[in-house]
Formats: sequence, structure tokens, C-alpha cells
Amino acid sequence: MANEKIIEFDKVVAGYSPSLTILNETTLDARKAEITLLIGPNGAGKSTVLKTLFGMLVPRAGEIRFEGKRINGRTPRELLAEGIAFVPQGRNLFGSLSVRHNLELGGITLPRGELGGRIEEALTRFPRIKERIDNQASTMSGGEQKQLEIARAMLLRPRVILIDEPSIGLSPKLVQEVMTLLRTLADGGTTVLMVEQNVRTALKYANRALVLEMGRLALDRPASELLHDPNLNRLFLGGHVKTA
Amino acid sequence: MNAQMKTGILVASLVVVAVVASFAKRSDVYLLTLYCVYLMATFGLNLTVGYAGQMSLGQAAFFGIGAYVAAIALKAGVPFLLVLPISAIACFVVGLALGFPALRVQHHYLAFATLGFNVLVYLVMRNEEKLTGGTFGISGIPRPSLFGVSFDGPLAFFFFTFVSLIILAFFLWWLLRSPWGRAFAALRDNPIRAESLGVNITAYTLLAFAIGAACAGIGGVYYASLVEFIEPGPFHFSTSLTMLLAVIVGGSGRFFGPVIGTIIIILLPELLRSTNVSWLKFMQTWYLAVFGVAVVALMIWLPGGILSIGDRFKSKEVAK
Repeated sequence: MANEKIIEFDKVVAGYSPSLTILNETTLDARKAEITLLIGPNGAGKSTVLKTLFGMLVPRAGEIRFEGKRINGRTPRELLAEGIAFVPQGRNLFGSLSVRHNLELGGITLPRGELGGRIEEALTRFPRIKERIDNQASTMSGGEQKQLEIARAMLLRPRVILIDEPSIGLSPKLVQEVMTLLRTLADGGTTVLMVEQNVRTALKYANRALVLEMGRLALDRPASELLHDPNLNRLFLGGHVKTA
Repeated sequence: MNAQMKTGILVASLVVVAVVASFAKRSDVYLLTLYCVYLMATFGLNLTVGYAGQMSLGQAAFFGIGAYVAAIALKAGVPFLLVLPISAIACFVVGLALGFPALRVQHHYLAFATLGFNVLVYLVMRNEEKLTGGTFGISGIPRPSLFGVSFDGPLAFFFFTFVSLIILAFFLWWLLRSPWGRAFAALRDNPIRAESLGVNITAYTLLAFAIGAACAGIGGVYYASLVEFIEPGPFHFSTSLTMLLAVIVGGSGRFFGPVIGTIIIILLPELLRSTNVSWLKFMQTWYLAVFGVAVVALMIWLPGGILSIGDRFKSKEVAK
């Protein structure tokens, strides 16, 4: 069912130490088969939302739900098994390993019998990676590396993919390629929750945009609407959001 | 170089070692056996330090635990084939315990935690006289005899150790090429990335220590049988430093790194000391100083170890 809430944050409080609270009773949601874009100024808590959702930070209060079930305190390994994958910020490949070995690491939680089939499936979907399968991962271009990261995350057939700033270090052309890929995944039924600084480009591909300010949801608007908002730059750069 | 050529070179090297040992002097056979024994321990340390990225200065402690367990058990009449797994499992379990600090601290802090462990084990070996014989040690440790075949003679024991080393190396080769090996590499390169892929960081960190410790324990069993007398001295933390040196000098995180590194730390000083080449006679007194200078120079010019020399040439070609 489209528009079904698949991820829900309900008054979540989280941070990197007891004295450093980043998420201040954050309440937001991501909907099935949509790209939900998280934007906001630096320090607003965008990446913290993804890390908390993926179990890398334990929320101090509030509730996180995945398909209606509470998932607070679950480990990344458990969440991968539940169907949530995470592509962290920056270059996430193991450069010393080959492309194939990087893919194999993505399926480390799968039974060995299934891994080969899943890798073939990923290679069919990402033909450019197939061409480089025996190369060392660090020799690939930035766009290819990001494709490999996404392919690796997709090996477990996640229902939700969390992706943190996929455009970092990529040329505008490669950014378009990565965004198109994410759009294709969402159209195929995967829910994408994305943090992105390249707001104008990302809004063109997203369904909804959530603006965070000081760890709270300041705005929840359809992406196409926000794209044409004359105040977009001010919102992104941290000006106060008028909700009315 | 393709895989067939590499296999050919490897097999030829093994044959050469076997032939050389067959015609070598008794003292050289002893030295080659000692090399194989240390290589078991440094192979394990390479897994912990080189592949999994966990610093350890406690490998000699496991080497010692393996040796003492073997000495006590062999003297009590326990068959060698039973002593070997008992020592390996004992070191595996203690290695798991030593892995716990690695979940909290890294790098030089972890180095000091493991060094402290080595000192502790050394003190137990020295002071728990009833169990370990203290500074007097344990003598009269028998060499193995399997299925009616005695490995008491130096050459027979060398071949027994050599074949055991090859089996251990094959096991580690298989392990490092399995998903476990990739997980160790992921742990070394970036634990947070590895965790985001579902790699169980806790389990693999502990396993890296435990498997490395078990290898040292196996080395210790062969060491006890080789020297037939053990006392705490060889298990001092300075031996851990020497083993770490072997891994780094050879090429940390490269499978054959310890093979080269252990030659440098075990065979090279002896070769320098016992050289008969006339213009190298001064080495007989200066061999340790020359060895020290050679290691310093090597670390300056090849910090990635001797096996990184190919990469160095490649990167120079790319730079051109």
C-alpha cells in the first residue's frame, strides 16, 4: 500500500553522549516505496536520525518503529535481518579488497548457498560493476564506487535503504546517475530515506522532504512543492522555518 | 604472475627446504625446526595484527601457555595428538578473554593491555613453581611418537614440524580466503563500515585474538618438544616484540609476510653469527649490531615490510 508509514520516529531523544543531545523529541516518518529526503543545516541531526534508526546510537527516550514494530536498541545486524540497510556517508568500500569480495561482505549475514545467486542478481542489475568484478575496489571511479555500495546494500533485498549524502565527492553527472538509481529502487518498492546536502538535485527525485532544525522536524512538505519554494536556500542554510 | 606459477614456486620452495634440511648439519636442522615453530606463532600474529588490525604484544604468552600445557601433559603421558588440540583450545579460550580489551581500546592502548597480559603470564610461569617448575623449568619433555613412528631424531622431528606447519598454513590460507577473512579485513579497514554491513564486530575481534593465540599455542607445543626443556625466559614479552617485528618486517597483512620476517628474526642473526666468509668474519662479534641497523634501515625504506617492495616499484612507475 503506497503512503503506508514504514519507518516512524516518535519523540526520539538521542545523541553522542549524555551531555550532547542531537535529536530532541524528533518525530517523523518515511513512507513505503518513496524517497524521503532529510535536509537541514549542519548539526540539525540528519545523519543522527539514520545512525539511530540503524542501531548505531541507542535512543535515550521515545520510540522507533519499523512496520509498526518497536525497534529501539536493536543491533545493526538484527536490523539488516529485518530488512533495513545503511549506506553511510563518504566512501564505504574496502579499498584493499576486490569488487567481488566487497559484494561478498555485503552478504556476510546470508547463508552461503544463497550468496552466489544474490551476487549474480546484483551484477545483472548493475552491469558496470560486473565489468569490474575482479578489480580492486579502490581503482573504480567515484560513481562506480557509489553504485557498488548501493549494490552491496541491496544484496540482502532490504525493504528500506538508508543513505547518507550519496552525492559527496561525485561529479554532477554521476550524482544524476546515483539519484536515478535510487528513484528506480523506490519505484520498484524499496523505501529510501536519504540525507543529502545537494538539495536541489535530490528534491527532483524525492517524494517528500523533511526539514530538520536543532533535532526537531521543522517542515514536512512534498519534494516538488519545496523545490519551487523561493525560500529554499534560506531553509537549507539554517534560517528559521515559518511553518504557517 | 599467474596462480599456476605461484603454486609452482611455492612447491619448489618447500622441496628445496626439505632437501636442504636432509643434508644439513644437526645444528642447522635444529635452527630450521625452530624457524618452523616460530612461524606457526607469527602466522597467527599476522592474522590478529595484519589481517584483523588488532595490535598485540602478548603472542609470546600464548606460545608459552602452549609450551607449558604440552610439557606438563606430555610428561604425564598424554598422547601428542591429544596434547595438540588441548593446548590449542586452551590458548583459544585465553585468547578470547584477551580479546575483550580490544572491544574497548585500540592501537597503543591495546598494545599495552596485551603487553601487561604477557608480563602477567610470565610471572605465573616464573613464580608458580609447583605447576611450572619456576625458573628451573620443566625438563625431559618427550618428542612425539605417532602410530609407532618415533619423531625423536632431529631430522624426523624437523619433518614432523615442517608438515604440521604446512597443514596449519593451508588452514589459515583457507580461512583468510573465506568470508571470515573478508570480515577480518573489513574490521581492520573500518569497523563502523563493517558493522553497517552486518559484520559482528565483537565476535570477529575476539576470534582474531583467539585464532592467533591458538596458532601460537600450537607453536608452543612443538617448541616444548623441540627443546625438551622449558623455562620462562623464552616467553618474556621481548619475544612478543620479536614476533611482532617478524610480522612487520615481512609485511603485515600479507600471507607470506611472516615467512620472510621469521627468516629475518630467527635465521639471519644465526647466519651472520656463524658466517665463514672471510670478509664477513667481523659479523661474528657484530652480528646483533648489524641486525639492528638492517632492521632500522628496512623500516625507514620499506615500512610496509619486505613484501611491499613490489608495490613500491609499481607506485613509482605510476608516478612516472
